[in-house]
Amino acid sequence: MKDGLRRSFSRRSFLKGTVAGLASIAIPVGSSDASIWEAFFQKHFREMNDDEKKAVINRLEEEYARKFNIKFNIKTTRAIPGTLFGYGLDLSRCIGCRRCVYACMRENNQSRDPQVQWITVLRFKKGEKWVNDLEEAEKYYYPEKVPEDGYFYMPVQCQHCENPPCVRACPTQATWKEPDGIVVVDYNWCIGCRYCMAACPYGARRFNWGTPHIRKSEINPETHYLGNRPRYRGIVEKCTFCIQRTRENPGRYPACVEICPVGARKFGNLLDPDSEIRYIIENERVFRLKEDENTNPKFYYFFAT
Amino acid sequence: MKRILYPFIVCAILISIPVFSSYGEAGDDLPKFFVPPPPLSKGIFPCSQCHAYMKTNRTRRALTYHTKISKGFNHAREQRWCLDCHNPDDRDKLRLASGKLISFDESEYLCGQCHGTIFRDWKAGEHGKRTGYWNGKKVYRLCVQCHYPHWPKFQKIKPLPPPIKPDNIKYRELPKDKIPLNPLGNIK
Repeated sequence: MKDGLRRSFSRRSFLKGTVAGLASIAIPVGSSDASIWEAFFQKHFREMNDDEKKAVINRLEEEYARKFNIKFNIKTTRAIPGTLFGYGLDLSRCIGCRRCVYACMRENNQSRDPQVQWITVLRFKKGEKWVNDLEEAEKYYYPEKVPEDGYFYMPVQCQHCENPPCVRACPTQATWKEPDGIVVVDYNWCIGCRYCMAACPYGARRFNWGTPHIRKSEINPETHYLGNRPRYRGIVEKCTFCIQRTRENPGRYPACVEICPVGARKFGNLLDPDSEIRYIIENERVFRLKEDENTNPKFYYFFAT
Repeated sequence: MKRILYPFIVCAILISIPVFSSYGEAGDDLPKFFVPPPPLSKGIFPCSQCHAYMKTNRTRRALTYHTKISKGFNHAREQRWCLDCHNPDDRDKLRLASGKLISFDESEYLCGQCHGTIFRDWKAGEHGKRTGYWNGKKVYRLCVQCHYPHWPKFQKIKPLPPPIKPDNIKYRELPKDKIPLNPLGNIK
């Protein structure tokens, strides 16, 4: 016994104690319940087993319930085997009405103030250079009626690259490509360095500069851990192909597909030869944005007949 | 083993013949997709409630009852008049160029007569809006659910507001009832 006591004051245990002590000071004490510790030492999402995930979900659901006074349902649905999601957007149909932008907002709980939007609709003048260099694009157009004569529109959102430069840029591995091709962000691992935003050639990632605000009446409580659950200040977010909808079985279409009044938006499984997205790729004039970047996007723009 | 199977195969073929022949009455291989009923104006259908007691007049003229349609009619105006699509003898039906009668809820065959490439793409799910499930039941829309048949070109609509410019973003704590609402409202 005496030996054990003496040993407990060895150099090693002294250092251990010091580090633990400092760590406890570093963590905010004000609301120092167990959940803060758990959040601080949360494992990487892909290394967690089902029990650990469950614990994290319970903690988050409690946290959100306290914060928003609403009961949230946070899913951790895995990718459906044999799926690789692809998206099609018909540029000869899009009228630039921005319904998709706000349907996305409604589904995915983006901050209303400061404003965060995952889709940007770009307007180009017909006959001018556009696709190599998006510099000529106008995103603040606001006429009485759309489509305007002499212009066309191109919505841009996360292109879900097969070779995503944002993933390589992330120093904490807080963003990665899932087996069904969706590039996701773990908002609890993101440190807000914004390297991914610099790496993305499409400007598809958004940063929460301020604490996200959203009215209680407009919150969508049906969420996914890697998707539309409420975000924090100082983290990056982006389009997830509505992971909380599309990973269901049967899976619903993303919110932007469902709202589009002209049916310009198409979604499906690239591995299914009978899917509409495969039909489009095989039969239409398809291109992908900035193909020379070798990002290999799964977002196909096309011109239908 | 094969001998046991043969009668089954023959039976299966015999049973399937009537099934496949009744498939796509209008002579097309259109798979049965769920399409909501056509957006007929309230009280207008069945057309025979009035037309059964009227004499058919085939001349091109300004109509006295369907005034809005006859005035606004803009669908290959020079080449077309009412009875090219509407069946003169039984007004509750539409008539294909072949003379075949179809009901109002399969009007895609009528549109497909001229707009063949669009019809082809619609069947594949490329043209037109689809909702439902990407790997399950899909809801299609009849052509006329989006394109008003008598002036099918889309009308222009008001866009939703542009994003807030970065220089107009304020870092502030708004009271809960001042947080901006989603301008989308209840649009489905």
